[in-house]
Formats: sequence, structure tokens, C-alpha cells
Amino acid sequence: MGKLFAVILVVIALASAVPIITHTFLGASVAPPEDISTHGHAIDEQLSDTMVEAGLSFVAAQLVLAFFIWSFAGKKDGELKTFPGGAKAMVIAAFVLVGTEALALGLLGTKAWANVYFQPAAADALQIQAQAGQFAFYFRYAGPDGKFGAIHPDKIDEGNSNFFGLDPANDVESRDDIVSGELVVPVNKEVHMMMHAKDVGHSFYVRELRIQQDFVPGLDLSVHFTATKVGKYEIVCTQLCGLGHYNMKAYLSVMAQDDYDKWLKAQSQ
Amino acid sequence: MSEAHVAHHSPPQGFIRKYVFSLDHKVIGLQYYGLALVAVFIGMVLSWLMRIHLVWPNWPIPGLGLLSKNGAPGGVMTPEYYLSLMTMHGTLMVFFVLTNAPFAAFGNYFLPIQVGAEDMAFPRFNMMSFWTTFIAFCILMAAFFVPDGPPLAGWTAYAPLSAVGSDSGPGEGLGQTLWALSIFVFCIASLLGALNFIATTLDLRTKGMTLSRMPICSWAWFITSCIALLAFAVLMPACLLLILDRVAGTSFFIPSGLNISDHLQPHQGGSPLLWQHLFWFFGHPEVYIAILPAMGIVSHILINSMRKPMLSHKVLIYCMMGIGFLSYMVWGHHMFVSGMNPFSSLVFSFPTLIITIPATIMTLIWLGSLYGSKLRITSASLFALGFISMFVAGGVSGFFLAQPSIDIYLHATYFVVGHFHMVMGVAAIFGIFAGTYFWFPKMTGRMMNESLGKLHFILTIIGTYAIFMPFHYLGLVGNVRRYSAFVDDYLIPLIPVHRFITIAALLTGGAQLIFLFNLIYSRFAGPKASDNPWECTSLEWTMSSPPPFDNFGGRHVVVYHDPYQYGVKSSTGDYLMQDSPEGAEVRT
Repeated sequence: MGKLFAVILVVIALASAVPIITHTFLGASVAPPEDISTHGHAIDEQLSDTMVEAGLSFVAAQLVLAFFIWSFAGKKDGELKTFPGGAKAMVIAAFVLVGTEALALGLLGTKAWANVYFQPAAADALQIQAQAGQFAFYFRYAGPDGKFGAIHPDKIDEGNSNFFGLDPANDVESRDDIVSGELVVPVNKEVHMMMHAKDVGHSFYVRELRIQQDFVPGLDLSVHFTATKVGKYEIVCTQLCGLGHYNMKAYLSVMAQDDYDKWLKAQSQ
Repeated sequence: MSEAHVAHHSPPQGFIRKYVFSLDHKVIGLQYYGLALVAVFIGMVLSWLMRIHLVWPNWPIPGLGLLSKNGAPGGVMTPEYYLSLMTMHGTLMVFFVLTNAPFAAFGNYFLPIQVGAEDMAFPRFNMMSFWTTFIAFCILMAAFFVPDGPPLAGWTAYAPLSAVGSDSGPGEGLGQTLWALSIFVFCIASLLGALNFIATTLDLRTKGMTLSRMPICSWAWFITSCIALLAFAVLMPACLLLILDRVAGTSFFIPSGLNISDHLQPHQGGSPLLWQHLFWFFGHPEVYIAILPAMGIVSHILINSMRKPMLSHKVLIYCMMGIGFLSYMVWGHHMFVSGMNPFSSLVFSFPTLIITIPATIMTLIWLGSLYGSKLRITSASLFALGFISMFVAGGVSGFFLAQPSIDIYLHATYFVVGHFHMVMGVAAIFGIFAGTYFWFPKMTGRMMNESLGKLHFILTIIGTYAIFMPFHYLGLVGNVRRYSAFVDDYLIPLIPVHRFITIAALLTGGAQLIFLFNLIYSRFAGPKASDNPWECTSLEWTMSSPPPFDNFGGRHVVVYHDPYQYGVKSSTGDYLMQDSPEGAEVRT
């Protein structure tokens, strides 16, 4: 029985690693999609470094466990033996191996994290406002005047498409604001996205952009990114927001600058 | 050394005092175990329903329509009912199974015996803890039957979804209030229990039972009690504030200017992040409340099965203390993308990575101790070994999530679901199984069937890997969790993987019926157990199976040895009982 379990453990350890190495499981691709951001490669490198270290630790530990079970299960005769070095060796090994690994990954990861959060957006970055509500995202562009009109939560009226609660009757700045259900951005241009929630918590997740950021009611948060590849990508909500959570989505369209300009012009008419 | 004799206590008479409102820690331990067993089977059935809905959404599940007419008309689940079942699954499993079984159930039964006490320090408090937990359970179950459905905000109940009431949709009415009330009451019970465990450990140890002579599982229960005392003390007021936000119009967690369903909310000034901080200040230590007792139980069983002590008893205990201490400095790693100051993310990341060190030391000591042992393979030792495998699997995935930069991509995906199910769910449940197979003879006086136990183990370990490994692969693609259906373009190709997981979950769940059968059959028809069938050294094996009412039959037991005297030559064989005067060295 012990030997059977040891064999099963070896099979489990190796079988678990196969989809990670081949990036496919039951015909589905199980790797992150291609990165289309300027900061994402650092995250991807961090992910693959961690995968190598964690993967090796996992397989090694399972194989050692299996080997010891295979060797010592059911043993009745002979003397009991102690692992050379005893507990001291284990403590030193853990501190040296895991401590170094933790410090190294922690420090390297800090850089990747800093790229996303500690660099402020460039002053000339394209300003876009994002609002999340049950169960849709809306995006607002400032229009020709370059200014966003004020938001009045009491004036939000979805029936009349006033998703942001603008007051064009009294507020000049809001009259030329462009509101879209799709996030359209020019390629290779930094975008500074200011985020707020209309009702409950939501999240903004674009896998290809390697960005995930919660919308937190009451907080004005922001992220900035530069998309480097023209295309259409899915934006999904990752913070449980109620019954329609699974269906809360929008698209990110990354366009060439010309196409973007055309799109913006079409929207403002 | 003469043993002082004290009056032999006679057991209470009458069914109610004996089995229902009992003051006996052993009966209370079994009550906790029974409650956890009921909760785990409900929780498992809920997970089946969810898994079936995810891959065969239109298949009417027989009988489900009767449970909830609105939630599952004709047996086909609505999206909100899926979220409700998910919320109830998480709450039941985390609170009523993973907290109750390894800690409250086994701890109640065996901590007093292992330290040589007749009962807990406060038997009435002990009875109150169980019955308060039972009330909490009833309140939670009542949430299934309220008009606008059970709560759906997840077991983490993030505000403001959990705080603003019915405006935010179905499942956010009375059901959510009952959820918060249930957890509030559960916290009271857990605090009483934790105090009792601490007092018992510190005050009721028998003569010779120094702290260093306590078996490792008693140490684990003691450390867990200290963690629980601080953690539940924070969650309890947090739940109270949530209830006040919901029913009394306060705004602890609700900011101003929220427009929900075209309805401007009257609240102002609250902070949703406050709830997250309070919840995770409890929530992360809770992970260790679930896993530390399992670590203790597994170590205890492995030492017995290996017939030799661990490489170091003390280092294991220091590691558990270290994990307990660090568990209070890492809660922010659940909030990397929450909008918390990005500098704090780095501050929370390092202790999270560092907590891997004591966990690795423990794993290496378990592995290293196996070397050169005379390992006895029993159902209990198999589950204990399976625990190590599962703990490693769940532990290494923690290394990804501890890093904020990687968490940006993996947060709220199935990677996280795979991680915590393996490390706190399955690993802790393996600890519970190991404890059950090991202590069943002591608790009932009968042996469980070993062949069925081993079959149960093999099916369960293959099954759990088949379920939870693919979760990680899904996470790598960015498959979002808490979705009741996969309608996004990139999620549709992943449905075959989900189908595989569902089938694995149904089969693995089915294998648990073998355990249930074994448990019930052996309780009534298993072969009679001797006093010490596993040739174990700790005090619970010095008495008859099941133990007499006052544990030691009125005698004051005296302890002469460290807990794990294996591999020695003695009159009993290769081990020495803790209370055996043979080769004694008296410490007081």
C-alpha cells in the first residue's frame, strides 16, 4: 500500500507539471495571453521565474516524499536512523534556500510592481474616466475642451443614458463629454484612467494588459498603461458585484492614432 | 511517588444531561464533530450543485426546485442562486468545518486528556460554546429559506454589496443580515472556546506535564487558541458594525454618493476598505486556525506511525508559533488590487514571503524525519502523508500570490481558488480524516475498517489533485472566479477543463460516502478496540476505549516522560507511555 501510494505521488507530481510545461490541458491553452502592455513583460518574467522555482520545489518535495515512503513503509527490522544533520540542517536549508528565494523574488517583484504603481502617469497621457456600475462599464472622454464635467450621483439616469450623472443644462464643461460603453485607446499612447464606482465594488481586468484594479466605492483610483498592439480585448469584472457579475464586460479597442481620431470625431457628433 | 487519590466523579444521569446539554468535554467534542460532519456534507453538496451548473447550466437538477422556487425554478439555477450557494459553501466550510473539526472537535476531546485534566477549565463555558455555535449554524441555515434568497456577497461579504440591502439585488436582504448575525454569534462561541483552551492548557496540566512534555497536537491547539482569541475578537465587532449598517442606518462601510438601482443611498462617510481590513485581519489568521491543528494532528500521527520522534519537537513548535505571529502581519496580501496604498502592498508582501520559511522548516522536518523510520501504513498515516503532499502543493502556489506584481494578473482568478482549497481546505480536511481514523478507536471503542479507509484515501488524493490542479491552469489563463456562467469569449474554450473538474468533483465527493459508511458502520459493528491499538505514548491511550466519564477514573495521573518515547527498549515494546514510571525522571 505504501509503495502504491509512492507511485501515485510520483505520477501526480509529474502529471501536474505537464500542462505547465506544454501550456495546454485537455486541448485548451493554459498560458497567459500575449502581453500588449509596456509594463507587462516584467510581470511575465516574474511569473515565469516564480513558476520555475515553485515548480521545482513542488516536484522535488513530492518525489522525496514518495521516495521515503517507498523506502521506509512497512520496514520492521533494523535500526532506526536519523537524517544526517538533523533538524539543524533543515532549519539552515529553509533559511538559506527559501530565504534567498523569497528575498530575490520579493525584490525583483518590487520593480515590476513599481513600474505599475510608483511611476506617475505622464503629463500628456490621455485622460479617460472609467465608471463601473451594476453591471456595465462606461468610459468618458473630456471632449474638445479637455475638461470633464462634474458628476452628480443623484442625476444618474440610465433610462436616458445619463450614466455618469452629468448636468449639461447647467454645466458647460460636461456638454462636450463623450461617454462610451467601449474603452477605445490609441496604440502606443499612455492612458491615464481614473476610476470610480457608481454603486458597489467592481474591478477592471484586462488579461492582455496585465492590469487588474478594483473600483472601490468612495475612492477615486487610477491606473495608467500603454497598449502596444492594435486589437480588441475583453474587459471583465473580477470583484463580486451581484447577480450579473459574470456578465459584466466591455471591450478594449486599441486603434492606430488615425482610427482613434476618427472614432472620437464620430462619437462627438 | 505516590499518586494522590481524588473523589471519583459519577457521570450525569438522564439523556439530556448526558448527550445534549453535557458538560463533558468528550461529548462536546463529539457534538462539534457531528456538527462539522453535517456542515461538510451540506457544503459538499452545494459545491456539486455549483459545479454541475457551471458546465451543464440548463440541466434541471432534480429536487433543487423544491429547495428554492425562485432561486432554481424547475431545478435550473439562476445566476444569483449560484452566488448564494457559493457564499453558503464558503461560509459553512471555513467556519463550521475547518474551524470546528480540527480545532474545536478534536481539541475539545483530546486536549484535556493529553494534558492530564479531568475536563476543560470551564465546563459550562464549553457547553455554551458548542450550543452558541449550533445557534450560529441554525441562523445561517435559516438564510436558505428567506423570501429574497440566501446571501450572495461571498464568504468575504465585501461592503458595500453586503451592507446596502436589497437595492443591490436579490440575496442582499434578510439573508445577508442573517449571515452577519450568524458569524457574529459564531465569533462569540469561538472566543469562549479559545479562552477555555488557553486556561485548560495553562492551568490544568497534571503533575509532570511540563509545557515541553505536551504532545505536539496539544501545542497546536494551544497556539491556535491564542490566534483565535485575537482574530475572532476583531471579526465580531466588524460583523456588529455590518449589521448596524444594514438595519440601523449607520455608515461604517458605506460612503456617500452611491447610486444603486437608480436609487441614491442615504449613507455617507463610511469606508469599504475598512471592512476589508477588519475582515482580513481576521481572515488571514483564520487560515492558520484551520491548518495549525491539522499540522499538530498530522505530526502526532506521523511520529506514532514512524516509531520515532520528529527530528525536533521544539523546532516544530517554534515554527507554529512563528506562523501564528506572522499571520497577523500579512492580511494586506488579500488587498493588493483593492486600492490600498501601493507602498503597503510591498510591506505586506515581505512577511507573506517570509512566512514560507517556518512552513518550509516544518515540511523539511516532516520529510527528513521519515528517513530511517519504520513507517506503519494505516489509513491515518496515509492521510497524514497526504497532508504533507497537499500542504506543499498549496504552499508553493502561495509563493505566486504573495508577490503583488504577479497578483495583479492572478488575483480573483481560479489560481487563488486552487491555492486556498489545497492549502487550507483539502490539507486541513486530510488532517481531519487522519485524526478520525487515528482516534476513532479511542472515541468509540471500536476500530474502523482499514481496507475501506485505504481505498478512501487513494480515491481522495487522486480526486483532489484532479479537481484542484486544473484550477491553477485556469487561473493562468485568467479565468475569473465567482462567475455563474462563462460567457466571455476567452472563457468559452475553457469549458472542457471545467467539465473535467466537475466530473472529478462528483467522483471524489462520491468517494466520501465510503468514509461516511465506514464511520457509521464501524461505530456500531466495528471490531472492539483495545486501549492502545496504535501503540501510542500519549495520555489518551492510557485509559479504556472509550474513556470513562472523568477521563482518569479519579486518579491523578503523573507524567514522567517527554511525549514521544519511541524507538526505546521497554517492557511494552519499542515505546514508553508518558505516565510509565519506567526509567523515570521527575520534573514538576
